Amino acid sequence: MPAFPGVDFIDFDSLLTDEEKLVRQTARQFVDEQVLPIIEACNREGRFPTELIPQIAELGFLGANLTGYGCAGMSNVEYGLVMQELERGDSGLRSFVSVQSALVMYPIYTYGSEAQKEKWLPRLQSGKAIGCFGLTEPQFGSNPGGMLTRARRKGDRYILNGEKMWITNGSVADVCLIWAKTEDDVVRGFLVERGTPGLKAWDVHGKWSLRASVTSGLAMTDCEIPAENLLPGAEGLKAALSCLTQARYGIGWGAIGAAMACYDTALRYARTRKQFANRPIASHQLVQDKLVWMITEITKAQLLALHVGRLKDRGRAHHTHISMLKMNNVWMALETARKARDILGANGIVDDYCIMRHMNNLESVYTYEGTHDIHKLVIGERITGIAAYV
Amino acid sequence: MKIAVCVKQVPAKDAPLHIAPDGTWIRETDISFEMNEPDSYALEEALRLKEKHGGEVVAISLGPERAKQTLKEALAKGADRAIHIADEEFYRLDPLAAAQALARALEPERCDLVLTGLQSDDHGFGQTGVLLAELLGLPHATIIMSIEVQDGSLRLKRELEAGWFQWIELPLPALLTIQSGINKVRYATLKGIMAAKKKEIRTIPRTELLPSLAPTQKLERIYVPEKTKKTEFLQGPPKEVAAKLLEKLKHEARVLGSS
Repeated sequence: MPAFPGVDFIDFDSLLTDEEKLVRQTARQFVDEQVLPIIEACNREGRFPTELIPQIAELGFLGANLTGYGCAGMSNVEYGLVMQELERGDSGLRSFVSVQSALVMYPIYTYGSEAQKEKWLPRLQSGKAIGCFGLTEPQFGSNPGGMLTRARRKGDRYILNGEKMWITNGSVADVCLIWAKTEDDVVRGFLVERGTPGLKAWDVHGKWSLRASVTSGLAMTDCEIPAENLLPGAEGLKAALSCLTQARYGIGWGAIGAAMACYDTALRYARTRKQFANRPIASHQLVQDKLVWMITEITKAQLLALHVGRLKDRGRAHHTHISMLKMNNVWMALETARKARDILGANGIVDDYCIMRHMNNLESVYTYEGTHDIHKLVIGERITGIAAYV
Repeated sequence: MKIAVCVKQVPAKDAPLHIAPDGTWIRETDISFEMNEPDSYALEEALRLKEKHGGEVVAISLGPERAKQTLKEALAKGADRAIHIADEEFYRLDPLAAAQALARALEPERCDLVLTGLQSDDHGFGQTGVLLAELLGLPHATIIMSIEVQDGSLRLKRELEAGWFQWIELPLPALLTIQSGINKVRYATLKGIMAAKKKEIRTIPRTELLPSLAPTQKLERIYVPEKTKKTEFLQGPPKEVAAKLLEKLKHEARVLGSS
């Protein structure tokens, strides 16, 4: 398999520093050499490649944009470039790193006590512990504020009851960050460790998407945890949503990677596949139309991601900026995958090529971490001042 | 053990190459660059020797401003510091001039070991390493597949033709040119990349080390292999035609041995 040459139409690389390019190179080589040779088989078998976790950790991908506790202290742009390359491999792989980094390590880092940070961050960074993020419930997806999960205080303990759904890494997690309402109706975050009596996890089967990723349901039945497992700094739904903003930022970059993989595949295919008078199909105007659409949208997506990344590095990114990044880039990637599948014709539907896998994965990515439509409403509210969620 | 590694930045393997207007180099504007592959094995070998025997690894590169990227990669992977011999027109240097500039920068370093890749993936002369050894007054060995450090000397495995290997011993200090595949090259970790930001890259203009050039060889022209098509009809009696054809196949088309 040839090394991925990158997709760069407008000398995007001239906007990156040497360090940013090095970070991307590490992630790119890792994906080319370690992920791509096995990922189609993982997807077929419906298994997450756990054997990659030690190397993912050693390279510093977990919690890469956090500082201390063994984390690499990368900028947000550098972190984004890692996400891009990982999702060029597979959205499930990027999801694993997103969840661990942005949805488990980030909240512990931001809202956790020093003891919680000391206990969990080094283990999560080194891949010795896996985390998951339990916000979504079977009945509450886009409206997490309606959650039914409750935490009742009993002396120096909390008792959790409720159910979480669509939880990446749920059944393999050593620590679950569970969001639940306390008796005063405030949403709080709780660290529930694997093996806690009353915690049950099961896997979602029959997925046509994110097959190389663990997706679980979690149930807590009188699940008792020490009161010190409450994240002291996280009060209200806003804290949970702030984690999603971090994760979404990574998705905004990741989607570019999936789109690049599809575009690169379609371009190579169109240049070699011959039809009508022994000419490559890339000579057909309708094929060129699709390829040009893709490269244009990928280029716009890169610029959007980089700009939001630079804003984030300066502390100036608003969560609605990140909504636009996630909304636009995932949509762009999904459309790219569909057009790429079209160019590959029948070959596009088999897993000799990455396209259908990416397309199916992106259907999940389009929905999770704030659906495409919800992000529209978030941006709509920002520009009109009027909330239109109901 | 103090080890210097020469690393060159070359066009990326899959880069679509176009010839520059002056016809002696490629157009660099729309391609990406990477560390010369044999040099990346030399760097890895140096890092492994340092991890085993202690000491320091100094990466050195001759090239334009962009070559710093390759030095940063070396630092990110674990080299301790770097020297950049800056020359925007590096491609005009012949291997002797390149070796002279490298030698002058490395002389004051007094290294125990100098490693280079076997050859570069762009010009592919395969000369810089051995010329550098001569200029530094060091013994050298080429096409190295394994390095063992013994007291003050090296036990080396060289790759010969047709699957043969040769074991040799060499005193230190020495220069070795490393064959690709000698080891498994590491990735630069994100922490390594962060740490590299604090490491020194000393820049020396090439003109400071080698003010004037006296080229011993010059690139006249680079070009994409030219395809020519020629049809020739051989006429005469069959026996003569067959003899002429045989002659042509041997000496012009060279598809038959001439013995």
